[in-house]
Amino acid sequence: MSLDEIKIGGMGASRRRVEDNRFIRGKGKYVDDVVLPGMLHMEILRSTVAHANIKSIDTSAAWEVPGVRLVLTGEMMAARNLAWMPTLSYDTQAVLATDKIRFQGQEIAAVIADDPYIAKDACAKIVVEYEQLPAITNPFMAQDPAMPIIRDDKENQPTNKIFDWEIGDKERTDQAFAEADVISTIDLHYPRSHPSPMENCGSIADYDRATGKLTVYMTSQAPHIVRAAVAMVAEIPEHQIRIISPDLGGGFGNKVPIYPGYVISILASILTERPVKWIEDKTGNLISTGFGRDVYLNGQMALRKDGKILGMRMHTISDHGAFYADAQPTKFKIGLMHSTFACYDVPAAHLTSEGYYTTKAPGGVAYRCSFRVTEAMFFQERMMHAAANDLGMDQAAFRRVNLVKDDMFPYRTAFGFLTDSGQYDKCMQVGMEAIGYDNFKAEQEEARKRGKLLGIGISTMTEPLGAGNSREYDIIGIKMFDSAELRVHMTGKAILRTGAKTQGQGHETTWAQIVAHELGIPADDIVVEEGDTDTAPFGMGTYASRSTPVAGAAVAMVARKIRAKARKIAAHLLEVSEEDIEWELGRFYVRGNQERGVTIQDCALAAYSNIPDGLEPGLENNAYYDPPNLTWPFAAYFCKVEVDAETGVWDVLQFVAVDDCGVRINPMIVEGQVMGGLTEAYAMANMQYITFDEEGNCIGANYMDYLLPTAWETPGFELHEVVTPCPHHPIGAKGIGECATVAGPAAFVNAVMNAIEHTGVRNVDMPLMPNRVYEALQTGKDVSGMPPVKVG
Amino acid sequence: MYPSRFAYEAPKTLAEAIALLDANGGEAKVLSGGQSLIPMVKLRFASPELLVDINNIPGLDYMRIDEQGNLRIGALVRHEDLEHSTTLPATHPTLAAASHLVADPIVRTRGTFVGSLCHADPQGDWAATMIALGGRIVAQGPKGKREIDMREFVLGPFTNALAFNEIAVEAIVPPVKGKAAGSYLKLERRVGDFATASVAVALDMNGATVGRAGCALAGVGGRTIDANDAISVLVGKTLNAESIEAAAEAVAAAADPRTDHRGSADYKRHIVKTFVTRILNNIANSEQKAA
Amino acid sequence: MSSLYDVIPPAAGADVPVRRITVEVNGESRTMDVEPRLLLVHMLRQGLELTGTHSGCDTTSCGACTVLVDGRPVKSCTMFAVMADGKKVETVEGMGTASELHPVQEGFKQEHGLQCGFCTPGMMLASKALLERNPNPTEDEVRWALSGNLCRCTGYQNIVKSVLWAAEKMRNDQPQEA
Repeated sequence: MSLDEIKIGGMGASRRRVEDNRFIRGKGKYVDDVVLPGMLHMEILRSTVAHANIKSIDTSAAWEVPGVRLVLTGEMMAARNLAWMPTLSYDTQAVLATDKIRFQGQEIAAVIADDPYIAKDACAKIVVEYEQLPAITNPFMAQDPAMPIIRDDKENQPTNKIFDWEIGDKERTDQAFAEADVISTIDLHYPRSHPSPMENCGSIADYDRATGKLTVYMTSQAPHIVRAAVAMVAEIPEHQIRIISPDLGGGFGNKVPIYPGYVISILASILTERPVKWIEDKTGNLISTGFGRDVYLNGQMALRKDGKILGMRMHTISDHGAFYADAQPTKFKIGLMHSTFACYDVPAAHLTSEGYYTTKAPGGVAYRCSFRVTEAMFFQERMMHAAANDLGMDQAAFRRVNLVKDDMFPYRTAFGFLTDSGQYDKCMQVGMEAIGYDNFKAEQEEARKRGKLLGIGISTMTEPLGAGNSREYDIIGIKMFDSAELRVHMTGKAILRTGAKTQGQGHETTWAQIVAHELGIPADDIVVEEGDTDTAPFGMGTYASRSTPVAGAAVAMVARKIRAKARKIAAHLLEVSEEDIEWELGRFYVRGNQERGVTIQDCALAAYSNIPDGLEPGLENNAYYDPPNLTWPFAAYFCKVEVDAETGVWDVLQFVAVDDCGVRINPMIVEGQVMGGLTEAYAMANMQYITFDEEGNCIGANYMDYLLPTAWETPGFELHEVVTPCPHHPIGAKGIGECATVAGPAAFVNAVMNAIEHTGVRNVDMPLMPNRVYEALQTGKDVSGMPPVKVG
Repeated sequence: MYPSRFAYEAPKTLAEAIALLDANGGEAKVLSGGQSLIPMVKLRFASPELLVDINNIPGLDYMRIDEQGNLRIGALVRHEDLEHSTTLPATHPTLAAASHLVADPIVRTRGTFVGSLCHADPQGDWAATMIALGGRIVAQGPKGKREIDMREFVLGPFTNALAFNEIAVEAIVPPVKGKAAGSYLKLERRVGDFATASVAVALDMNGATVGRAGCALAGVGGRTIDANDAISVLVGKTLNAESIEAAAEAVAAAADPRTDHRGSADYKRHIVKTFVTRILNNIANSEQKAA
Repeated sequence: MSSLYDVIPPAAGADVPVRRITVEVNGESRTMDVEPRLLLVHMLRQGLELTGTHSGCDTTSCGACTVLVDGRPVKSCTMFAVMADGKKVETVEGMGTASELHPVQEGFKQEHGLQCGFCTPGMMLASKALLERNPNPTEDEVRWALSGNLCRCTGYQNIVKSVLWAAEKMRNDQPQEA
């Protein structure tokens, strides 16, 4: 009797989440919930100005506050060679400022005290004298020779430019443009955004002088990378470092980098010989930790009259803040920006990029995307929108002409990626039908007669998810593979550990489903653990939608190794040769005699109690998975909006999302990921951004200015699915966590533009705040969102 | 997130509370709902030496209409008490409209109407409605009570007319002469956002004719903007396209917005005009329907 | 040295004034000495080790710290512990028992109303307060009632479903009137 896979919580089951059992009871264990005996509390003093030489720092009054144990400054860090630390992009970043302030919110000093209230009291008593320098709030100002050099700490840094980079075929692209009937252009700014998980960053460092062991509880999406980095920075042997990433209150890329606060808490614990807890406040999180985006995107497209794309050019100018701290593979200076147009058949393409320092917080993290893919796809779909208009072609028809056809896979993109599967046109059809695309034009015209501005927007994309392969992808030189370790106990229950780190994605639930699928062990019999570097196998963590593509594949592979060994044990138990054994879910049987069989649980028991000669006891193994390629999910999003012409306020009338992420392990969780991602997309399109005024003050340093939508504004989403299994992934799955955030923004923006572009406007920069939309309607001109914001 | 130290008293009577304020010569602050004060104390924008918590003083949580027809709102009436009132939409439509738009639903369970008026935030919702309604504040100090017109109560950003030893114990909304009409519109990007611009309009209608007309604005000046004079062009008139346009123009001219990341000064002024027009059109339309 | 978080007897030095308060937390009377400046959220988390109540922002915006005070939802980061003296406070830990969940808790699990779980306790308590006043809310009423609580993961759609699920269950569990 074969098992019912859905009943045992295998693949395809919308299994209710295991982790919820503790979360709904308030029994999650986040970093701030950890209390260690004798623990001290740390608060950081941040700069109030954006750019200034430090004339003096006087901490004497802070030391006098009763309950203060330690006050750390950059000078004291420097004495231990810890004033600076390496970033994930081979730059350096100040831990505590020694020479000058390079962004508002930069870390100046830290107070360690008996409780955080006292630490805050003491921070308020530190006196810093500044000598102000001009704030540089965009990369164009950074190029002004009259502006100071921000990174005067570095040798060979005569300007504020960080890099020039290019990829693609310039000559072929130039040729395509020479042959074009129509050339379309677009200029965009993808504004600075912040991943802003609900939980801020924090750490508890616990250095034990007796054993020499450093244990750090930390809000990290990639604890093993942190362990390696700490070993390098703090010169503590790697085997003496244990990073524990407990429950994370969201990450979205914000918890990939290593932040000054972590490093300071470690030194503070070493110096005080007590555990030191640092929990950032929301302002600290928004003002200083890894932002996303902040790129100026300029492009042209060469088109034939019939709508065929002949080639595209793209130029990016990126604002990296004061330290180049992008979390991305080494060889790509602007992440995977060149994944742009991967779903379209574009014969020739060329991308040039330049990056600059500004007096803003560092970051450039992959905010819910695979290394700048969000910018790449936003550019792509805004470019497509503009090009269709320039051609006078219908938006959907133009896309369908150019989308890669099903029979063209594997398809090599103009920038060299290999996409391997998809049914792009089918996704388009599903979406168009759901939103009533064919009726829309009539609807729009009719509404306009009543003075209503309706618009429809489309965004389609395939994105590269699941880095590696390790040939091309690394973080600070560490290759991007991942791992799983499976231990099947003698009663047939199991524990699984991976090198990934869940932050709400539900790994504890879905990984068990993969094992259930491969072995027939009920998912409820498998416990999943992640995030403790002393127990988890080495892995690169969770970001860039890489968990299911890489760690999830490792889970399948280790389960298959276990099954292979169990097969030998089954042969022994059934007294036949291994070749005569057949497998069905959860059970081996003798070929030709299905009644005669043993369950996987029988094999587990035998692995510890009745081992055949020549076979090692036990039923435990591990697998390290280096994917042969990225996975390429596809999304087609359709959005219908109404714009209030009098105020510029717009409302979403309908949103249809069609996602093809290959085989869905847990459909409920996949849909949850899509809805969450769409909400972040809506947020970016509508309200969520960080900007700066002329003095370099951060606007968006708390939730009064950095607006996240509530349940009230957030529209409802209609979800549809198409399934094209990934050809190389062991269970046919593709990444999904980020598709909606990546493809979503352009759907909203294109819809609003469609409603207002009769005025002649081509672009309004995100977020499409009412005042910007109104201005575009009034003037018919593009509206730029480039900082600094004028005040007065 | 960690306030500095302060002393705390929770008196049981108003007299005790006033005595505490009086004895502390301006270093004490009154704590009622705390939804504006506590955030400021948490961020150390405010560091009072003493907080006098009036939440334990009985008899301040009333909302009633007195014999003269004044609506009287005690110092401990929470925002949500107004929001959930079943009578307010008919008697005081301007207050009812604003009651849903103050902060967010959780803040509304604690924050008080009177406390919000005292906070005198230039973007505050209630102050605009009260100025439009011609309301008054009852201040009680060591020498007894006095009434302060809302137009004189808000002195500037986060500054009110209370003496250091006075407590705002009650807000009074004068009786409507005729039928109450009005509304409150606020441009906010999400629930809990500060107003980009908002408009409170309160009219007393005598049939189709405007009796008293009141208007005030939030978010478009360094303090709540008193636009009562501007909207008085409506007094004695019926609401029609012409009078509405004139009133909207006049009110927009009274706004004193500044350009910032929420929009340009011109945009905010335009929103004021649009909202005044919308509110008045709605009133005109419902008058027509009623007629 | 003084600590803000010591439950009676306080270790505080004579120089730091504290107030003795008694709060009924999840049905249990708790007496402790606190500094007036101690926020309710910190009293619950550090003083009483009820870490299910989370602290998310500094500006009374996110609602992760929402608890019920005398039955009404309150952002516990915007109330001093001393203000809770004599009041009843309910946190997520008091919603159900170890073996029996509150319908709202069940609803959140059934309808996948949470992902990272950080906003969840506040969301559930705000939901519980809503259902006590309005046992049969519409989708819009749920969205409105929860608009003081931010979630970054779910997009709210499943949270709304969770609350409607709980509402239905609570109505069905209600003994039918004779």
